[in-house]
Amino acid sequence: MANAAGDDLEADVLIIGGGVAGTWAAIAAAREGASVILADKGYCGASGVAATAGPGHWWVPPDQRAQAIERRLATCGGLGDRDWMARILDLTWRTLPTLAPYYRFPKDENGVTQFRALRGPEYLRAMRMIVIDHGVTILDQSPALELLRRADGSIVGARGRQRQRHSAWSVRAGAVVLATGGYAFKSRLLGGQTNTGDGHLMAAEAGAEMSGLEFSNFYSIAPARTSMTRSMSYAFARYFDADGRELDIPPGPDNTRDLGRALLQGPLFCRLDRMPEDIRARLSRISPNVPLTFDRLGVDPFKDRFEVTLTAEGTVRGAGGLRILGEDCATNVEGLFAAGDVATRELVAGAMSGGGAVNSSWALSSGQWAGRGAARLAKQLGRRADAPTQAIGEVGLRPKERARDLDPRDIIRQAQKEMLPCDKNLFRFGPTLSASLSRLDRLWEDLRNGLACSGDRAIAAREAAAIVATSRWTYAAALGRDESRGMHVREDTPDEKDGYARRLNVGGLDKIWTKFEADCFSEAAQ
Amino acid sequence: MIELIIAERCTHCGECAKICPSNVFDAKPNAPPVIARLEDCQTCFLCELYCKADALYVGADCETANSTTFEGAQASGTLGQYRRESGWDEFDGDARFANEHWRMESVFARARDLARNR
Ligand SMILES: Cc1cc2nc3c(=O)[nH]c(=O)nc-3n(C[C@H](O)[C@H](O)[C@H](O)COP(=O)(O)OP(=O)(O)OC[C@H]3O[C@@H](n4cnc5c(N)ncnc54)[C@H](O)[C@@H]3O)c2cc1C
Repeated sequence: MANAAGDDLEADVLIIGGGVAGTWAAIAAAREGASVILADKGYCGASGVAATAGPGHWWVPPDQRAQAIERRLATCGGLGDRDWMARILDLTWRTLPTLAPYYRFPKDENGVTQFRALRGPEYLRAMRMIVIDHGVTILDQSPALELLRRADGSIVGARGRQRQRHSAWSVRAGAVVLATGGYAFKSRLLGGQTNTGDGHLMAAEAGAEMSGLEFSNFYSIAPARTSMTRSMSYAFARYFDADGRELDIPPGPDNTRDLGRALLQGPLFCRLDRMPEDIRARLSRISPNVPLTFDRLGVDPFKDRFEVTLTAEGTVRGAGGLRILGEDCATNVEGLFAAGDVATRELVAGAMSGGGAVNSSWALSSGQWAGRGAARLAKQLGRRADAPTQAIGEVGLRPKERARDLDPRDIIRQAQKEMLPCDKNLFRFGPTLSASLSRLDRLWEDLRNGLACSGDRAIAAREAAAIVATSRWTYAAALGRDESRGMHVREDTPDEKDGYARRLNVGGLDKIWTKFEADCFSEAAQ
Repeated sequence: MIELIIAERCTHCGECAKICPSNVFDAKPNAPPVIARLEDCQTCFLCELYCKADALYVGADCETANSTTFEGAQASGTLGQYRRESGWDEFDGDARFANEHWRMESVFARARDLARNR
């Protein structure tokens, strides 16, 4: 059932977020016999960062997995986990072929069906159909604003807005799965405008702990002033300065720091003339939105030099997120589960980006585990819909002092000034991070004391609050890990330090804390 | 950003407003939708993909909406391009627009080989 009129609803399981992770969670919960409601800020089927791209999965035949895991572990900076990797490899392998009735998997020249990589719009369109066929109720254009909590601290639902009908909704449920994606500070990352960290903020208000938020400085190349952060073509790139002099920058994908350094010197230009003719001819069949962007710009990328930029992706193709405590993707808050990019992917990606294969396998797998875990908990405890609850959203909804006239857009712009520039977030220095964090703390205090919006305006207010909150956790974690590991490079402490192959937890709202986990995992210790 | 809704082509189906991930449009009964929140447009082109009438034009610039006209959009030859090249709707099954997304991995491998042999 799609688009039920949202007001006061009840279900066994509520899923917040309808991208890859949320849709898989909804399906898995429904398969356990739970009644399920899924709410997405945008439209389930077109929202989320996978819908605009094309996720390649970690797709490895059983006999090659041991080797694949060892290779991956070697890149994880000691923070990966062999068992979790094996679990997502197994579930990815078993899950993707089941999409066949809804997604037409192409065959290669030899007639072999290709399951590994799916086109985003078709994948999410298929997921919506499967979700509906499982009897899930979808609330589109319905951002969640805050969680509902019982006196015992457990989470039993959420409240939000239907932004096209301009009405409030609330869902009481036995358990809640957060699948709101990573956070990217509204940086114009392709498909990332709704991924503002709302789930992180709501979870933190319930007391959830996060992990790995220092691994939040992935940047990707895009033609300047465009959203097209799809990077495959740049594997054939040459780079030039404004005077047309060719720069000594290797082709992608592992050249972000070179690109960042060049951009700090001045405008950066690119040409894709190394791309072989046969690939050029195929580009629109591989990624149709990539040539579309060049055509709309009036640029021939194989002949012309075009300006490029780096777009901040935060944790989207980073690694950090909500801390996961068990195989069912439970968080440390009773009744609250996390799946996909909102959860930490350190388990499977360590300190490196999980983009390119691991993140989508994680989203599909953690979604199913969280959905099943939530359904089982709901069955065990019941919906408890009669027990009194409290709506626990704070900043942006319930100010400490008298509400002031604060503009969410202006707040977001101020946070972006700290989070988007390469010289602050890609190239990290202790003193620069501290200075940014103090400014962000002051911004938070303003919000905390005076930002209050109601009706549809609460949506933007909560996005602003979430962007400032995630920015502060990011830099608190980046300061807490005063060494370099994986994508987190501290220019002032450029090496890995002994004893730091441990996950860094972060949490708190007005007062942020960071804490290294005890030596909890075997790989790193050995 | 979304620059143009072509009234002559729009069938008032409301699909763009329904599926827009960042809620840029206001649907109107028996009339083309209105671009009500331009600044929220994330330049994802999905509205074009869902527009069977090819009545939408999203500029590549994600910061500024230029004033593209129907004639200009037509002259660019790109109206409906995303939907066609994605093999959607009436282009479903057309071999010219087959889904070769799965080649991405081998493209990366080719690039690695090229880089190594240079
Ligand atoms: C350009 C690009 C290319 C990529 N390519 C690959 C790849 O090849 N391989 C790979 O492994 N990974 C890839 N990734 C990463 C992969 O797409 C993600 O890991 C995956 O989409 C995560 O799924 P998710 O459901 O957790 O998040 P998303 O797909 O981002 O979905 C989150 C959803 O939550 C919704 N939401 C947010 N806030 C709220 C709220 N308050 N209330 C309700 N709903 C809310 C959003 O609208 C959105 O629909 C790529 C990412 C990008 C940006």
